[in-house]
Amino acid sequence: MSWNDLINVLPELYLTGSICVLLLFDAFAGARYRNAMHWLSMLVLIVTALLVVAAQRVGPATAFSGMYINDALAGLLKLFSILAVALVFVFASPYLRMRKLAAGEFHTLALFALLGIMMLVSAGNLVMIYLGLEMLTLSSYALVALDRDSPRATEAAMKYFVLGAMASGLLLYGMSMIYGATGTLSLAGIGATLPMSPHYMLAVFGVVFVLAGIAFKFGAAPFHMWLPDVYEGSPTAVTLFVASAPKLAAVGMALRLLDLGLHPLFPYWQDMLAVLAVASLAIGSLVAIVQSNLKRMLAYSTIGHMGYLLIGLCAGTSFGAAASVFYAIAYVLMSTAAFGVILALARTGFEADQIEDLRGLNQRSPWLAGLMALAMFSLAGVPPLFGFWAKLLVLQAAIQANLLWLAIVGAVAAIISLFYYLRVVKVMYFDSPAEDRTLIATSDASLRWVLSLNALALLALGVFQGPLLDWCLRGITG
Amino acid sequence: MSIELLAFYFFAFFAVLGALLVISLRNPVHAVLSLVLTFFSMASIWMLLRAEFLALVLIVVYVGAVMVLFLFVVMMLDIKVAAAREGFIRYLPVGIGVAAVMLAEMVALLGVRAMHVAPPPSAAVMGGQANVVWIGRALYTEYLLPFELAAMILTVGIVAAVALTLRRRPGVRHQDAARQVAVSAHERVRLVSMPAERGGNGAQP
Repeated sequence: MSWNDLINVLPELYLTGSICVLLLFDAFAGARYRNAMHWLSMLVLIVTALLVVAAQRVGPATAFSGMYINDALAGLLKLFSILAVALVFVFASPYLRMRKLAAGEFHTLALFALLGIMMLVSAGNLVMIYLGLEMLTLSSYALVALDRDSPRATEAAMKYFVLGAMASGLLLYGMSMIYGATGTLSLAGIGATLPMSPHYMLAVFGVVFVLAGIAFKFGAAPFHMWLPDVYEGSPTAVTLFVASAPKLAAVGMALRLLDLGLHPLFPYWQDMLAVLAVASLAIGSLVAIVQSNLKRMLAYSTIGHMGYLLIGLCAGTSFGAAASVFYAIAYVLMSTAAFGVILALARTGFEADQIEDLRGLNQRSPWLAGLMALAMFSLAGVPPLFGFWAKLLVLQAAIQANLLWLAIVGAVAAIISLFYYLRVVKVMYFDSPAEDRTLIATSDASLRWVLSLNALALLALGVFQGPLLDWCLRGITG
Repeated sequence: MSIELLAFYFFAFFAVLGALLVISLRNPVHAVLSLVLTFFSMASIWMLLRAEFLALVLIVVYVGAVMVLFLFVVMMLDIKVAAAREGFIRYLPVGIGVAAVMLAEMVALLGVRAMHVAPPPSAAVMGGQANVVWIGRALYTEYLLPFELAAMILTVGIVAAVALTLRRRPGVRHQDAARQVAVSAHERVRLVSMPAERGGNGAQP
């Protein structure tokens, strides 16, 4: 260990220290200063983001004997993860106050998860990948179960935990096979020794399990079973978290494992990823149609989106990888906007999580209805919004990689999924509001402003998508 | 077939048998005991691989601590009331069986260790270092970052456990031991000076 190592991991070091301080603060003074946790967490996020930017200046470099990679891709994913967690904190704050959920633990666990994400996207070693992932998922299990008095949240957390533990086991099993074949845990070392390894087939065997672990993390079919239950059962504030930053971590993990470590086995994992992508697209676009619960519908839409993301990875080119990263960022901003609107409408005793609950939203609150419509159109991929460019890029990458059939499947799924996104818009604009329920938009100023900015960013980034795409490409090619 | 290979098959057989029993036995306590057998057999296999420190840690940590805790939990959950109360005699054959197998494994292991002629070359042995030294050095140099991250994961576990179980109920009467100890003599007994009641019926000044 040298000073250089420490400078590279400074953002994570700072975050770890701050989490410990916040933990103590919450335990001893949290009850007296109600909003302090929120503002302190935001401060920690801002400083961490600045340190990530600063750490980029010493990169690209590896630290701690190759365990930690500080490159442009890690910086990009970390910055957007920090942004996503900050959005989660802003959107969740009124909800947590109303529901009297443990706000201190929510912030601490979310920051712990962020630490896991940052370690995961910087991992240069199988051990780091596994530990980062465990840190992220362990915090997520606890977050889902945070509403202890809700039986549905507990059930969702239990399902998430059992299936997640199994997926971790599969991933670890695959990693042990790869280690057996190559004799090294370092991802760069695996990439270098794999082509000459006499145990080539053993590594292929391991890749199957590693991919299962990755697919579970994404929520790609057929490893998607946990996703609808977790989205529906957990408190909306937690759903928002689960739907945002962890997707960036998943794409980071997939790129590190597949692109850096297992690239010699590209023909094998390309086929497997293609199967996962097609299954996810089919389930995501078809099953979402019959959902009446908005959170559940968005969960199935997530599965579909992960299908597109996998198409980008499938291409195996640096353009495809950049398109996947771009897609993950787009998805995160779209889902924070959509769940943000649900959170803005939720109040004590009313979750606003049924599609019917949004009936006539336009008459009650035209601005919120407009934001939700923007999010829905973007999720559906209507030009010129952010979601459209994301879809276009992954399909373009697939065509460039001679995967025309995959691109066609993606395009068909996009058209099918248009139906259920537009249904939400129709319910908001053309149905008359229910008499017995009154929709009241939140009065929380920071939620209103940040939510508006988030939704308008979908439009702005759709029109000016060039710089972000360049940034993604730079992240991949280094 | 060398004696080492023979020992491997022996331990591997019981590891697999134990694993099969874990998932097929009806009684959860038996299943936990079978898991102990599996761990024990695996530790013996690690011993054959000359990873003696890890093998001992597996027994001390997993068999000694984790599985005993697990056993407590299984017993506390009271999954199968009737079976759990059947009494000591009922478990005795299983206990003796597991103990006998473990004893046989240990004896076999010691025998194998005595008969080792050519130890398999491994990095630890070839470096001329003891297993513990090698692991310790790797953990605190090359694997420092994952090691620290694992510590943070344990912290997450504690935070999560507290967040999910701690309930702050207002108005619960409970003893505050610190205050009880810190109490002083004049706090225990309050002496009130009251004017003595004067005799007479209503003849007050």
